[in-house]
Amino acid sequence: MTDHLSLAVEIDGSGRHPESWRRSSRTPAESVGPRRWTRAARGAENAGFALATVSDAPLPSGQVPQPRLDAVLRASFASNLTSRIGWAPQVHPRAVEPFHLAAQLASLDHASRGRAAWLVGDDDLPGLAAALGRDVPTAPEARRREVVQVIDAVRRLWDSWDDDAVVKDVATGRYIDADRVRYTDVEADTFTIRGALITPRPPQGQPVVLVPDGLLRDEEVPGRADVVLVGHPDLGAGVARAADVRRLGALAFLDLRVTLDTPGATSAERLLALGADHDDVASYDGDVAGLVALLTSLRGEVDGVRLLPTVLDEDLPVLAGHVLPALSLARVAHPPRPATHLRTTLGLPRPANRFDQEVAS
Amino acid sequence: MTAPVPPRPDAQVHLGVFFQGVNHHTVWSDAESGSQIDPLSFERVVRTAERGLFDAFFLGEGLRLRETHGRLHDLDVVGRPDALTELASLAAITSRIGLVATQNATYNDPADLARRLATLDVLSGGRAAWNVVTTDNAWTGANFRRGGYLDHTDRYVRAEEVVRTAQAIWDSWSDDALATSHDAPHAVAPDGVRRVVREGATLAVDVLPTVPRSPQQHPVLFQAGDSPDGRTFAARNVDVIFSAHGSDLDDALAFAADVRARTVAAGRPADDVKILPGISIVLADTDAEAEEKRRWLTRAQVTGATALSLLGHVWGRDLSHLDPDGPLPPVDAADSAFDGSRGAAFGRGDRRALAQQWRDRAEAEGLTIRELVIAQERRSAFVGSPATVADRMVRFVRSGAVDGFNISPWIVPDGLEDVVELLVPELQDRGAYRTAYTGTTLREHLGLRAPLTRRAPARPDARVPA
Repeated sequence: MTDHLSLAVEIDGSGRHPESWRRSSRTPAESVGPRRWTRAARGAENAGFALATVSDAPLPSGQVPQPRLDAVLRASFASNLTSRIGWAPQVHPRAVEPFHLAAQLASLDHASRGRAAWLVGDDDLPGLAAALGRDVPTAPEARRREVVQVIDAVRRLWDSWDDDAVVKDVATGRYIDADRVRYTDVEADTFTIRGALITPRPPQGQPVVLVPDGLLRDEEVPGRADVVLVGHPDLGAGVARAADVRRLGALAFLDLRVTLDTPGATSAERLLALGADHDDVASYDGDVAGLVALLTSLRGEVDGVRLLPTVLDEDLPVLAGHVLPALSLARVAHPPRPATHLRTTLGLPRPANRFDQEVAS
Repeated sequence: MTAPVPPRPDAQVHLGVFFQGVNHHTVWSDAESGSQIDPLSFERVVRTAERGLFDAFFLGEGLRLRETHGRLHDLDVVGRPDALTELASLAAITSRIGLVATQNATYNDPADLARRLATLDVLSGGRAAWNVVTTDNAWTGANFRRGGYLDHTDRYVRAEEVVRTAQAIWDSWSDDALATSHDAPHAVAPDGVRRVVREGATLAVDVLPTVPRSPQQHPVLFQAGDSPDGRTFAARNVDVIFSAHGSDLDDALAFAADVRARTVAAGRPADDVKILPGISIVLADTDAEAEEKRRWLTRAQVTGATALSLLGHVWGRDLSHLDPDGPLPPVDAADSAFDGSRGAAFGRGDRRALAQQWRDRAEAEGLTIRELVIAQERRSAFVGSPATVADRMVRFVRSGAVDGFNISPWIVPDGLEDVVELLVPELQDRGAYRTAYTGTTLREHLGLRAPLTRRAPARPDARVPA
């Protein structure tokens, strides 16, 4: 466990509030495309965050259309405009081919030079089976098993290449040592995979896996979740749950929605203008000093906090200009160092390759 | 009999770069060869190509690592990034060049694939393309949820259903779906997005898509199949053929005539499908020096181990124990059929007949195994001084045989440097190559018409959105 607080930020869409687009600096028509993502990527990195999560789903959350681009590709685009911040696209196990997902995240890790993560999702997604034209698990137990088995398969595929599998041995003409690339032979309830992965082992060995609390049973956390995201409407209860999570061997990050006073309006005025909305995570509404004090008090209690800005274009500048600099000055949280793997930034070890362990044992 | 291809005296050469083949043409052993996976290698090639005003940067993909005689094939480059993920990264650092992702129509969920392609198209500002490939074999299917579900004869049925579904998804967002004011009633107009419902022999999709329209409306479609079914599929559906007919002008003209006839039969203008053959280029100051370089290159590509591997592929036996500098083996070729299902680069027809051909040639010319394999290499390279190669390229394009070339560098990442530094200026001097990008989208670079579903009148099953 680390002595500082890791700070993450969610940057999908225009913000956590459903009407946040009304207070954004760009209209919805101007908010799709490369320029929007360039600003979001650089804004999150320049603010000093260790990690940005990119929420996503292949379907709108309701019957109302919603503009959303594939999160892995958004993260990959953003990663090449940044050099320190980690990128965690949200991907739902039921919605994907595990083999493709493993290759995509490994590729994100290569492209970002070791700054890739995976935010595991398991939204309800009614209509998913019809969209994909195949059965998907729907019962709670079957869904949980799918999450477990896809995480296991993806991690196993990342290990299918040794770090030093590419040998380029001119004398024998061999590009790889075939003994250092393994078939994975995964057998799960809804899929099987022969392996090996088509992409060499990622720079981090395995990208960081973030799992929202509740997707896994406690006994399933070790070896699957590097970080558990604790989202709880009551802050105190969230902190208590974080202590449990840390005992399981994972880092505990708390989800915290933030609505800050801005030069133009207080947080209360801003929320009033946006209208009421329901949220299921703890929130902070107020000035910079209060948020700095709150986050400082959480150091030692949790490993990190993921901030969910109510309106990205309003709250991110305040976080970047005031909150994170104050925390850095107080040595509570610091920006990631350049050319550092995300695991190093978060204080996570580089995982050994399971096949080496299988051979050794 | 197909009509001859009309010449085009003012036609321009279009260039793409293919990164990279997992075959023996990439000389990974060379001192100048860099990493095949480091992001810097991709960045270097795409930046060089964009500096050279190329139309497109092209990534290949295979969904299972190649095998030889039951083991992973270890002699060629192995391991590539996911094409779309890599291209999204490159989209951030380029502004004009097209980004082509090879993606399998068989082993992707259509709605997911269409969404990912549309995402790249939006993120790149209208520069994405999809090279449609098919796989029927269960060997590849062993990595996927459905397994080997598709019969060989149905692979283009599936591909066409997936392409048409993807087009419907790309057409689902109206151009004015997104609000242009903060005071609009909705961020997305409730009737601005149409639900896509498609059913076919190989798929069923019912989805409300999430990706708005890109500046080029649809990703450009590429296809590389050379069989009659593949050509017909291309003529009915795609914008560009990545062909294997680029080395011999008569062969290229015959291919073009065939494609044009099929294109017209599909109800499209004859020039609606562009043809970009895959080639390699060997440049030197003089033609003689270039020819010498080519001989060196072929020996670097066909190492002793590779010669034995290629011979073993023809023979259907593991011959890796032989001496590549010795004579052909006394054993006969196996009588098994070519098994093209292990990711091998070639293999059709009668194995024993081919082996006999090889043996006859080796005996007639007194060749060792390695010399024979080198002699059998298909010569698809343009070899010569920059002026010679430029003349030949212009002749191919202006005869109507091709629209340009997809170049495979044999050294990564610097193998494109001499093409951009030496050959491109020669093409420009001949008035046959752009001196600046005139458009921002790949569709514009290639001079393509609107997507097939966005034309009126379009093909019978297409609907132009209101």
